[in-house]
Amino acid sequence: MADAVRPEIGEATVAVLEAQGVKVEFPAAQTCCGQPAYNAGYRSEARAVAAHFLNVFDATSGPVVTPSGSCAAMVHHGFADLFGNDPVQLRRAQAVAARTRELSQFLVHDLKVTNVGARFNGRITYHPSCHQLRGLGEGTAPLALLAQVAGAELVPLAGAEECCGFGGLFSVKLPQVSGEMVARKTANIDASGAAVCVTCDPGCLMNIAGRLQREQKAARCVHLAEVLAGSVQA
Amino acid sequence: MTLNARIELALHNPHLQRALDANYTRSLEKRDLAMGALPNSALVRDRARAIRLEALRNLDQYLVQLEAQVTARGGVVHWAANAQDAGEIVARIAKAARARLVAKSKSMVSEEIHLNKRLQADGFEVVETDLGEYILQLRGDVPSHIVAPAIHLTRADVAKTFEEKLGLPAGVTPEQLATDIPLLTSMARKALRTVFVGAGVGISGVNFAVAETGALCLVSNEGNGRLVTSLPRVHIALMGIERVVPTMADLEVLLRVLSRSATGQNITCYTSLVCGPRRAQEPDGPEELHLVLVDNGRAAMLGGELAEALLCIRCGACLNVCPVYREIGGHAYGSVYPGPIGALVTPALGGMREFGELAQASSLCGACQEVCPVRIDIPTMLIKTRSLHLAATGGAPVWNAGIKMWSWAMRAPWMYRLGLRVAAWGAALLATAGPLRLPGPLAGWTDHREFPGIASSSFRARWAARQRAAAAAARAAAKSGERWEF
Repeated sequence: MADAVRPEIGEATVAVLEAQGVKVEFPAAQTCCGQPAYNAGYRSEARAVAAHFLNVFDATSGPVVTPSGSCAAMVHHGFADLFGNDPVQLRRAQAVAARTRELSQFLVHDLKVTNVGARFNGRITYHPSCHQLRGLGEGTAPLALLAQVAGAELVPLAGAEECCGFGGLFSVKLPQVSGEMVARKTANIDASGAAVCVTCDPGCLMNIAGRLQREQKAARCVHLAEVLAGSVQA
Repeated sequence: MTLNARIELALHNPHLQRALDANYTRSLEKRDLAMGALPNSALVRDRARAIRLEALRNLDQYLVQLEAQVTARGGVVHWAANAQDAGEIVARIAKAARARLVAKSKSMVSEEIHLNKRLQADGFEVVETDLGEYILQLRGDVPSHIVAPAIHLTRADVAKTFEEKLGLPAGVTPEQLATDIPLLTSMARKALRTVFVGAGVGISGVNFAVAETGALCLVSNEGNGRLVTSLPRVHIALMGIERVVPTMADLEVLLRVLSRSATGQNITCYTSLVCGPRRAQEPDGPEELHLVLVDNGRAAMLGGELAEALLCIRCGACLNVCPVYREIGGHAYGSVYPGPIGALVTPALGGMREFGELAQASSLCGACQEVCPVRIDIPTMLIKTRSLHLAATGGAPVWNAGIKMWSWAMRAPWMYRLGLRVAAWGAALLATAGPLRLPGPLAGWTDHREFPGIASSSFRARWAARQRAAAAAARAAAKSGERWEF
């Protein structure tokens, strides 16, 4: 999604990593982890895409970093479910999963960095994506990074841990419900007084940003990497 | 009515929306407080899960042990393979008891097997005595929540119903009645007391049955449960076969998490252990106790992909925390069991074709799993239910084709790149005539929010360009280096 809809997220991710002295590679053959099909119940279609993912990343070494808590959670948990009956693939999946990190996890837990030298003059609030928070169990790393952004005032978001209503195909299969959920989220963002709502998932971002735009709200929804790279400003 | 139609109805009912919002905030606060105050709550939940797993792993043994214990205490155990069997067993017992009036306390299994309809067809008068269920019965309504059945109604709704069905008490205006909760409850109490006294049969559910002792545990916040199980001459207890626990010590662990998860209470007002009918030296209690063990699809779930759903202790926390339930309420599910657990249990109990679609009513946010006292992995099983539903129905052609094409494209990078380009062109084309509106099955997206479009140059294209520029720069640097040497 970062690739196709908001490439700036990918560029910001690379910039943040390179600023930390990390040598970044982007395997050109990569496509998707298969989550959309997996979540929709299309297991064999999902398995085929996940197998492609494994082929691509099995050939790499070092940490696999993604600017999406949801994709990371899929690699960690979804693959284990999809390949539960295939010991060979399961072993490969486990090996790749062991190297796979969501961006904030990699920065905070692996590089042990919380201050990346970023500056943002304004109010920031944070929406923890469900798959980041509950799927990966990562509630603190993004906040630790945001707390170190110079000039930024981190304000709480009411109902922060409630789903924004994205849910992949859920957003088009039950659009009315999804619409109500995202409206709740944008109302809370509006009430927080923040200039930007930061999230670690391009899916949530596209959903929340799209609703903020539809409601012509002043606040914007941006990716953590974009704030850390200094590519968005108030 | 389709799922979508029921959802529309719920979303456009401001009355229901207010009730659901109130439930969401209130029930979660209470649950979090109570669970937070429980020492070692994480370990207690682990233990509760282990107990439920053990009960299911050796379900056959525990059920046989339960039967022996209940029988030894003077009860009669009946095995019902399905809803029809269960209904017939209960009707037969009630006929033998020569009862006309049947008093019922809350039981989701009785809803599942549509017991009231069955008994009414045989000429019995059946009265629900749980306050919420009583209100619903007066209205001809059905539960919308497994713990708080009338959660979709407000106080004003209840007052209106009582005014219509029970009559306005003398000297009270409708406005006064709508604000006077003690008066409303006293009206229900007065009407129900005559039922308890007159009923020949009392029917209850069972929260847990203890295999070790044959004790049937019922938790409730209303005294009606005890009256139903002790006043009528015959007591019939209905339970799903999965609700057995091995020992009394196990029961204690489960009770600790049940009440806290369900209502945020450390313990409910009434925790009853029914251990057989009245004994010779006892002055009261029913003369007969019948336990009906209802399978109705549960045994078939064991060992299947949705077996974990049988761990459920019906606390309703997953309903309270679910952002989808919060928007649409219980009736929109169109099933006896609503909410995340209902979206698993309902299709799993034999209605995959008809009810499998309920698994779509989730954003897979995982809030349900987070609060589940026995840590059921509801999101993963919702995904499995979606697969099973696809297998049972064949799926919608438009999605089948779309996912298949997507899956092909995602396996070949060149097709992926082509797909990106086509999508970018398509999106740009759609945006030429004003704001971008997505077509076909994707239209729901732009009904509620903007679509940003597809970037004209993807990240991978930008990355490739960067790599090319870097390589060119390196070549140039190498060349100039050669010149220096030269």
